[in-house]
Amino acid sequence: MTLLWIPLLSLLGSIISSMTGKLSRNQSTALTMLMPIIALFMTIDLAPAVFAGDVVRETISWIPLLGIDIAFRLDGLALLFVFMILVIGILVIFYARYYLSSNDSMPKLYAYLMLFMTAMLGIVMSNNVIQLWFFWELTSISSFLLISYWWHKAEARNGAIMALTITGGGGLALLGGLLLLGNIVGSYNLDVILASRDIIQAHAWYEVTLILILLGAFTKSAQFPFHFWLPHAMAAPTPVSAYLHSATMVKAGVFLLARFYPALAGTDIWFIVVSLTGLATLLFGAYVALFKHDLKGLLAYSTISHLGLITLLFGLDTKLAAVAAIFHIINHATFKASLFMATGIIDHETGTRDMRKLNGMWRFMPYTATLAMVAAAAMAGVPLLNGFLSKEMFFAETLHQQLLGSMSWLIPVFATIAGAFAVAYSARFIHDVFFNGEPVDLPKQPSEPPRYMRVPIEVLVALCLMVGIFPNFIIDDILKAASFAVLGGYVPEFKVALWHGFNLPLLMSGIAVTGGLLIYSQRRYLYQFQASLPTLNAKKAFDNTLYVMVKWCQRKVHAIENGSLQRYLVLMFMVVLFLAGWPLFEMSQLSGQKQLTPIDVHNAMGAALLMAGAISTVIWYRTRVVSLLMLSVVGLMVSVAFTRFSAPDLALTQLTVEVVTIILLMLALFFLPQHSPKESSSMRVLRDLGISGALGIVVASICYALITRPLESISDFFLANAKTGGGGTNVVNVILVDFRGFDTLGEICVLGIAALGIYKLLVNLPLYIPDSDSKGRPWAKERYPILLASISQSLLPLALMVSFYIFLRGHNLPGGGFIAGLVTAVAFILQYIAHGSNWIAERITINYRKIIASGIAIALFTGVGSWFFGRPFMTTWFEYFDIPLIGEIELASALIFDVGVYITVVGSTLMILASLGQLTASEPANAPSKEVNI
Amino acid sequence: MELLYASCVGILVSCGVFLILRSRTFPVVLGLTMFSYAVNLFLFSSGRLSLNQAAVLGYSSEYADPLPQALVLTAIVIGFAMTAFVVILAIRGRVDLGSDHVDGQLPNKGSNKNKDKNKKVKI
Repeated sequence: MTLLWIPLLSLLGSIISSMTGKLSRNQSTALTMLMPIIALFMTIDLAPAVFAGDVVRETISWIPLLGIDIAFRLDGLALLFVFMILVIGILVIFYARYYLSSNDSMPKLYAYLMLFMTAMLGIVMSNNVIQLWFFWELTSISSFLLISYWWHKAEARNGAIMALTITGGGGLALLGGLLLLGNIVGSYNLDVILASRDIIQAHAWYEVTLILILLGAFTKSAQFPFHFWLPHAMAAPTPVSAYLHSATMVKAGVFLLARFYPALAGTDIWFIVVSLTGLATLLFGAYVALFKHDLKGLLAYSTISHLGLITLLFGLDTKLAAVAAIFHIINHATFKASLFMATGIIDHETGTRDMRKLNGMWRFMPYTATLAMVAAAAMAGVPLLNGFLSKEMFFAETLHQQLLGSMSWLIPVFATIAGAFAVAYSARFIHDVFFNGEPVDLPKQPSEPPRYMRVPIEVLVALCLMVGIFPNFIIDDILKAASFAVLGGYVPEFKVALWHGFNLPLLMSGIAVTGGLLIYSQRRYLYQFQASLPTLNAKKAFDNTLYVMVKWCQRKVHAIENGSLQRYLVLMFMVVLFLAGWPLFEMSQLSGQKQLTPIDVHNAMGAALLMAGAISTVIWYRTRVVSLLMLSVVGLMVSVAFTRFSAPDLALTQLTVEVVTIILLMLALFFLPQHSPKESSSMRVLRDLGISGALGIVVASICYALITRPLESISDFFLANAKTGGGGTNVVNVILVDFRGFDTLGEICVLGIAALGIYKLLVNLPLYIPDSDSKGRPWAKERYPILLASISQSLLPLALMVSFYIFLRGHNLPGGGFIAGLVTAVAFILQYIAHGSNWIAERITINYRKIIASGIAIALFTGVGSWFFGRPFMTTWFEYFDIPLIGEIELASALIFDVGVYITVVGSTLMILASLGQLTASEPANAPSKEVNI
Repeated sequence: MELLYASCVGILVSCGVFLILRSRTFPVVLGLTMFSYAVNLFLFSSGRLSLNQAAVLGYSSEYADPLPQALVLTAIVIGFAMTAFVVILAIRGRVDLGSDHVDGQLPNKGSNKNKDKNKKVKI
């Protein structure tokens, strides 16, 4: 279970840290750091097994039919990332403690950071690609929250929206790619996918799948031309940038490349697309970084450039290139995180990040300056630092390429040029900030930061140095393990060393360093050149595109959706008509092979009544009361039809529901006009008649075609098992409370929600209660006829007894919770009608909301109860008891479930009607307008 | 008899749809109710029509299909809840908007031809 705990602990940390608002800053930080530290120890515990070549797996079956499991796996690659995510995460949390001002909400930042950490851990450890995608999206969402942390700043909001749009869009492409991949392989399990390289690459969909997955990776890793969200994401607090743009968010994209490297890489299209994108990004980022005056802007473009480098390495067709890519992932994470943190310190202490103002900081903060200079040197690729080693490997790999045919020599040339620019912007970072004269009107007097704010940087810089000087000692195991995972079991012989002798890569490094320094010293001319170029504002282009798209969609939506319900309905019915009617024309014969039953007199009469009722409802629809009465005829005939066609339960339900419905509509009529005015033009009536007539014909035809064909039903199972498995002979009821009990639970919830919704709609309704009908006739003086009152009162116990009887016999004979509940409700409604709700309220106070809640709770807990006996949710238990005098009776847990149904039905029905009925009882009736409380 | 049953369902659908397309809330509610009768009858008939074969074990040799019946039973109850919700919404709408027109306000008089285009609807 340890594997599952790693992401779970960080999720727990997110919840814990969100609740630390009342604690001091130190306590809050300590509590937040606790969970990742525990997770880190668990990972260290697992590490030896992974180093030995094992893959640790853990799976919880979730939806096996869809191939979706909760599955985690830890191989070398995942282990490397888990280490980076946890270690840098812990350092960032510690750093943020000193970075945030007292105005900023610390729990909020910590909760988001931990949520983000969970998402990242989930991505790197997922063993199911759908689950991987879920976490992928979670990083988009949580990074949105993190970037918009200072939500009161417009640039933070805009940056967050941009990042979400780009990475979210890439996420959709990724989902498409992963689904295709799952379809090709026949499984969403990562183990299976990684082992199916040949199947995938031989498949016709390979190119589409690859491009979709690469789109996901490139958008996340800010590859050209999707890079522009990253500089705008710099509006986030610096600890967030240090985390997102060094070790995590942007590394998720290159992680994806590494993850699917064994399955997808190795084809020409992979090499071309990945390497060219990487190369373009590498050059573009390195060039632009030099011209950024904002420190974080420089780091942002430098990050883009380094991500391009890693992508390029994955796109080179040698095994060692992939190893170099992994190595650079580690190195970039360490030096970039420390540089971001150093930038945060400079910003924190001086109040600005503008390199035109920041000069000569060396005098004010020599210690921080030293740390930042070492990290920047690592970024430039200076010997004795980790950046140098991976850059040497990179240069070495560019030399053995045949990717561009005879023009392949271009790759090392471009690589050297990019290296020179990297040296130039690193030199600028060092020289402009710490030397280069005096500071220009800084908002604050700079000084060294609090002692502990530097600790995370010290740790990271120490790592840069140690890896740079003793590479094999520190990094060998993890690098080998990760390469093993990426290369699919085969690791080429390689040796990371400081000194390989005088060779071509070293020469390239030398050219890059001297070239870089030269570029920096001559930067004045470059700036002039750059200033003369037309500026391309990515944000404006993005905003314009978005604006145009939104406008376009709005126009399209308004064209269909203009606010007229009638119009929507007509369109909807037409679509239904087309979809349902079209297949009928392709059917050869409407009637099936089933023997038709003859029409008898009773049926003919019933059908005639039903049709007459329906048509009369339409004819008199303007005179609403008459129309309602006609409708009740239809309802009654429907219930008769159910009786006739062997559905006694339905008949009982329909009958009781009919009563309740008609009473409700009668009540509603009290508040609505009594007549409908003549409004529709003749054309419209004709159109509506056409649509409704056609729809009626289509439905009738389908119905006829359906019932004249022989039946193949799954119901034999229910019939066979109702008695033995569910302990009842009324199969309909057994299905409701047992076989399909979960559905029923959902349905009573819907009922309860509808009742609550009605309650909310009626609360505080300012209602105009007329004291006469629309023609000026006053309502009857005698509101509660004495005869009805006395009869209904004596009927109540009888009705309750009947409903109790119906309820009890429900499991074996027609009846059950639904019907009994409705009968009870009708009995009570009769009391309301006969006496008025005030009369009832004087005698008993009933809180229907509590009744509904308790009904659903009973049903739910009956279902949960079976867990205590080690059975699945809602397993029925039943037993026969032989009681003296009474005889054998059967007790089943389904009966308790049915009690829940019964209570919910009673509560909901009464709440609906009593709430409305209450309104009519509010006196005096002649008040023009009145607030009514229920 | 199957033909008769299907015609009944068809008539109910036609009448229901026609009422649903009316412009005032109350006929729409009536139409919805009628339409739900039709839907229930339709769903019920997917278990085919059978006489005197109620699905209660031990009372006959052959049984009607109990599954559609169970589904329709809850559909009836939920249909009631939905009808109730819509009708209360209609009442609330009339009180808040001052009209029982389905669009919340009366369409512009005299411009029936292009009323869909010109109308501004507050949502």
